[in-house]
Amino acid sequence: MAEHHIRVLVAKPGLDGHDRGAKIVARALRDAGMEVIYTGLRQTPEQIAAAALQEDVDAVGISILSGAHNTIVPRILELLHAQGQQDVLVIVGGIIPDQDIVALKKTGVAEVFQPGASTEEIVKFIRSRVKEPA
Amino acid sequence: MPKNPGTEAETEALRKPSESEREWQEKTLAPWLQKFPERQSEFTTLSDVPVNRLYTQADLADFDYARDLADPGQFPFTRGIHKTMYRGRLWTMRQFSGFGTPEDTNRRLRYLLEQGQTGLSIAFDLPTLMGYDSDHPLAEGEVGKCGVAVSSLADMETLLAGLPLESVTTSMTINSPAAMIWATYLVAAEKQGADWKKISGTTQNDILKEYIAQKEYIFPPAPSMRLVVDTIIFGAREVPHWNPISISGYHIREAGSTAVQELAFTLRDGIEYVEWVSRSGMSVDEFAPRLSFFFNAHNDLFEEIAKYRAARKIWARVMKERFGTTNPRAWMCRFHTQTAGCSLTAQQPYNNVIRTTIQALAAVLGGTQSLHTNSLDEAWALPTEQAATLALRTQQVLAHESGVTNTVDPLGGSYFVERLTLETERAALDYFRRIDALGGMVAAIEKGFPQKEIHDAAYAYQKAVERKEKFIVGVNDFVTDDKRPIELLVIDESVARHQNEKLAKLRRERDGRRVERSLEGLANAARSDANLMPRILECVRAYATLGEMCDVLRVPGAS
Repeated sequence: MAEHHIRVLVAKPGLDGHDRGAKIVARALRDAGMEVIYTGLRQTPEQIAAAALQEDVDAVGISILSGAHNTIVPRILELLHAQGQQDVLVIVGGIIPDQDIVALKKTGVAEVFQPGASTEEIVKFIRSRVKEPA
Repeated sequence: MPKNPGTEAETEALRKPSESEREWQEKTLAPWLQKFPERQSEFTTLSDVPVNRLYTQADLADFDYARDLADPGQFPFTRGIHKTMYRGRLWTMRQFSGFGTPEDTNRRLRYLLEQGQTGLSIAFDLPTLMGYDSDHPLAEGEVGKCGVAVSSLADMETLLAGLPLESVTTSMTINSPAAMIWATYLVAAEKQGADWKKISGTTQNDILKEYIAQKEYIFPPAPSMRLVVDTIIFGAREVPHWNPISISGYHIREAGSTAVQELAFTLRDGIEYVEWVSRSGMSVDEFAPRLSFFFNAHNDLFEEIAKYRAARKIWARVMKERFGTTNPRAWMCRFHTQTAGCSLTAQQPYNNVIRTTIQALAAVLGGTQSLHTNSLDEAWALPTEQAATLALRTQQVLAHESGVTNTVDPLGGSYFVERLTLETERAALDYFRRIDALGGMVAAIEKGFPQKEIHDAAYAYQKAVERKEKFIVGVNDFVTDDKRPIELLVIDESVARHQNEKLAKLRRERDGRRVERSLEGLANAARSDANLMPRILECVRAYATLGEMCDVLRVPGAS
């Protein structure tokens, strides 16, 4: 069997264009040997879910800084679940206040990375939670 | 053209320490270093520029007072654009604010004026920045979150109610739909009885840095540049004290650039705008005096000060030598500064007050015309009233207690600051040459050149932080488990409901036929070469919404 790399979709939903974090994480995951698909800016939840299915990814990383996470993130999870991708690891990074984390995790978010998180932590987390197939 | 300093190696080779300096190095310093080695083998600025142990006269062998510095208010303005600087007039304290509904933000603006703020600065929410009304499906979850929601003249009238528009200047951070929001401001001001010939303020209106860094763009580059050109020309004729553009490095730095990249890309954007406007036939001397700039203030005090000083010097030379302008006002790089949002940490948020103070000091020592100081809670949310007040107080302490305003350009003549200013200038001019070779800034953006340079710098910095080569107190050093929460401003979905109800009422009550006619007028003008501002003003007067106006121009081939 050919070598399988962890496949990650890095998604930037909402109207915000601040992509410094998303692009740094995408590059760090690539440097760590993962296959990364970056959606580009201003993707709707529907576009993100469609990309996750089409690219058959192991994980989806959602970058959001605008404060719209309580509206946008649950919708992405709903769509992923509806299309049978319950097993896809979903992580969120950006400006997410502590008090919103519990609710996001209830919808199925595996982890939230707040400002100051290191790319190494993110790489480690994905590796620990996505089983690399033999 | 004055001779620029050579490469670093050349400079080093040219450096001829004095007899006494050489003697000190050999007899005093060398044995000392044997016993007491320095903490690091290499010292660098935040942007990774090497910094020497000591700067002396030998570092300024190629320095010429008249050419490189000159007296304050004199070409090339290295020491400042005014003869007396802050002894004559302090910088404008202009706190960027906007959240929730126009009513919410109006209250905050009035509060800040009561607290001694001297200028206004309005932040708009993401739907407004992207030219969508609050009731657009893509606006869901974003209304009033990152700024105030303004979808029509009615919202702007509420936002500006009771503010003294002829005596206070207003800056608006708006780019893609800047022409529409400015028109909305102009009509609201007119309805309050303010005279366009007297009002003053700034629209950011810098689309190039959106493609480079912040990415809030609606239209492709060419039609976007047309809107910018139209506003600059309209402003020069009809609103003579307005700054129709604020050419911005702030966002370039926030995206992760170095100080030199911020400086170079911003000023090269400025050159691009001058070229585009002058192609439309207006003389550069006529519009260039109203061009203004906007820089970031990051943590490295001297690097930032050198950046501002180099900015003035480079712009003066560009305007005089590249464009042949003769109006001294066209040579002056007037700029606003904001402390670095990206330097704020979510951890130990009170540390941000100290960072902001250092950054604000850099801006003042660098001769800024106006300043925004960030609030301690802004790594998490828009600021609470208490946090915003403390940020304003930071400026007031600097202005009235620190003594740094008592003399012009206090660091002028510092061996280190002058050397760093020369090197910053040289590095920025290197970038100019590379961008000119790519065919100008629009061409360079299309090739992804500035975007890649910035991304590489941002990634290198992140890695340096993770390797602990660069330190962030409270994040990768001096970390504590103390996670006591601070009070945060929360903006909930009631803002969107309130805005949507107002919009529904507006759409019901306005003269629908007048709206349609005005939008048709705009569409027709967009297909011609006419200046779009008069048509946009007509749409605004008819209470056409921001989204409706932008939709007219979103149609492919409309402009």
